Amino acid sequence: MKLKDSFAELFGADPKRVQKSDISEEAAAVHAAQKADKSRIQKIHDELAEMALNKPGEKTRRIRWAVLIAVNLLFVVSYWLDIQLLEGALTASRFAGFHMADLNSALQVMLAFKHIVINLVIGTVTVFILWWLLGGRTFCSWVCPYHLLSEWAEMIHVKLAAKGWVKDHPMDRRARMWFWLIFALLAFATGYTVYETISPTGILSRALIYGPGIALAWVGALLIFEIIWSRRAWCRYACPIGLTYGLVGAISPFKINYNLNNCFHEGECKKVCLVPHVLDTVIKGRAKKIHVSIGADCTRCGRCVDACPTESLTFKFKGFSDYL
Amino acid sequence: MASKRLSRAEKKRRQFIQTMAYLSTVTVAALAGIVPSVKAASKRLRPPGALVEKRFLSACIKCGQCVQVCPVNAIKLADLTDGIGVGVPYIESRDQACDFSCDGLQCVLACPTGALTHDVNFSHEVDIGIAKLIRPKSCLAVQGKGIKGSARGPDFKGMMRYEEIDRWNPIPVADYPYDLELCDLCVRTCPIEIRANQCDIGKPPSGDEQQCPPKRAIRLVEIESEDGTRKMRPEILDGCVGCGVCEMICPAEPAAIVIESNDNRTGKRI
Repeated sequence: MKLKDSFAELFGADPKRVQKSDISEEAAAVHAAQKADKSRIQKIHDELAEMALNKPGEKTRRIRWAVLIAVNLLFVVSYWLDIQLLEGALTASRFAGFHMADLNSALQVMLAFKHIVINLVIGTVTVFILWWLLGGRTFCSWVCPYHLLSEWAEMIHVKLAAKGWVKDHPMDRRARMWFWLIFALLAFATGYTVYETISPTGILSRALIYGPGIALAWVGALLIFEIIWSRRAWCRYACPIGLTYGLVGAISPFKINYNLNNCFHEGECKKVCLVPHVLDTVIKGRAKKIHVSIGADCTRCGRCVDACPTESLTFKFKGFSDYL
Repeated sequence: MASKRLSRAEKKRRQFIQTMAYLSTVTVAALAGIVPSVKAASKRLRPPGALVEKRFLSACIKCGQCVQVCPVNAIKLADLTDGIGVGVPYIESRDQACDFSCDGLQCVLACPTGALTHDVNFSHEVDIGIAKLIRPKSCLAVQGKGIKGSARGPDFKGMMRYEEIDRWNPIPVADYPYDLELCDLCVRTCPIEIRANQCDIGKPPSGDEQQCPPKRAIRLVEIESEDGTRKMRPEILDGCVGCGVCEMICPAEPAAIVIESNDNRTGKRI
């Protein structure tokens, strides 16, 4: 995916219409062949029937949850056992004595304080390199404690929606960019890190480490809103942390790779995806090349990798081949 | 009434209104969260080295590393209802004062953003607040009374470092009984006074002259007594840094001596 389009997607633009001229000859040939091949359509139906009978296991999801819980528990255990391995909370910490700072929290402090001490620079650069290598929004699905609670809320939402008790109300995805700008401006203007007051990531991380507080009520309210009104509303339309990490991950060498050759266009991946707009390319006739990198808004959660019956979507360390 | 199909434009309009409602609700909630913190500025005691309140609130990244390194757990993080910003550290010195038993100002060293300024290196440079004898009538020394047993009773959870017991590990105040003719706990336990006394006999802490406080922090002065018993009154001196040990140790209930936050603190004492 082109960098420009990846950024546009992050900021909430609707997927662009694919022009015939944008599609490579190779990809065009595959598209044409898929249209002509009737046996493929039969295969799709067989495949879906098979999947309905044997639900594919969500292996990556289980590993991811284990990692997420382990990282968050490492903070807790380190403090309670006083082993000083990982001190602090997700907003800022020291791993084996080395400073780390959440990029969005650090940005908020820099804007509010208007002065940067060397420890914060070290922490910010370290974390920037770490998440750039790992894909930016990978932070969201593999580390953020709110993401896990939100996934559970989503499971409830999907169940209730199937019964017709609730309905998803999608919002304008540009809202997240506005939130990011509003909180950056507020930090700068008020001299106070306004976003931290309501950041569910920070609240949950501190609650785990230092004990629960009334601030958790806000997190609860967000989850209830997501269950009854709008699926994954915080992660999709609000969280400035997600956008910050998205910007970092835009040029990351680690991506989800889409392989047009294998794809049956069943759409199972889009059903499970937190950010389904990033999978626009899997729709029949849209892929511009045989191999397409999924854009920066992707959290590399791997649910699409698990959901795809034909291994069209895979984790891939691509280096910089996309930009050469 | 039959539900009518919404046009594309109408759907977009509704989505826009919902998004705006979401956007403004969250923004207002965030702003509501800072109103109390702005109002309550300087009411609470901050950890050693804290910048002047407004700057401190700007710089704090709310990670709690200062909380984790404190050997006596003097530092707490504020909750939503505390009115001083979620996750911002403060000290409740009556419950647990900063007794500088870490010696090296660990909280300052741990702070990643400079909200606790690295300009302070020694306990006597700290500027948390200043002690005040606000209830002189309940002060045991003013009444001419002594103290026998532990200062705050057996259930008190507060900790303190007693060098003669264990140089490195603080113990519960409840485990350290006193037997004094006239209560002088606020002077006796004052970390600045302890250091100044060590320096006076030529044994500065860690053998480091720089650790010697240039000014005394608290002393007892004799006061008039009608019944002939010896009565004294604590007098707070220029060297007081507001660590709060006197407030924590004070056997009177409520404490006769308390720390008042320094509104004009600069992080470091000049």
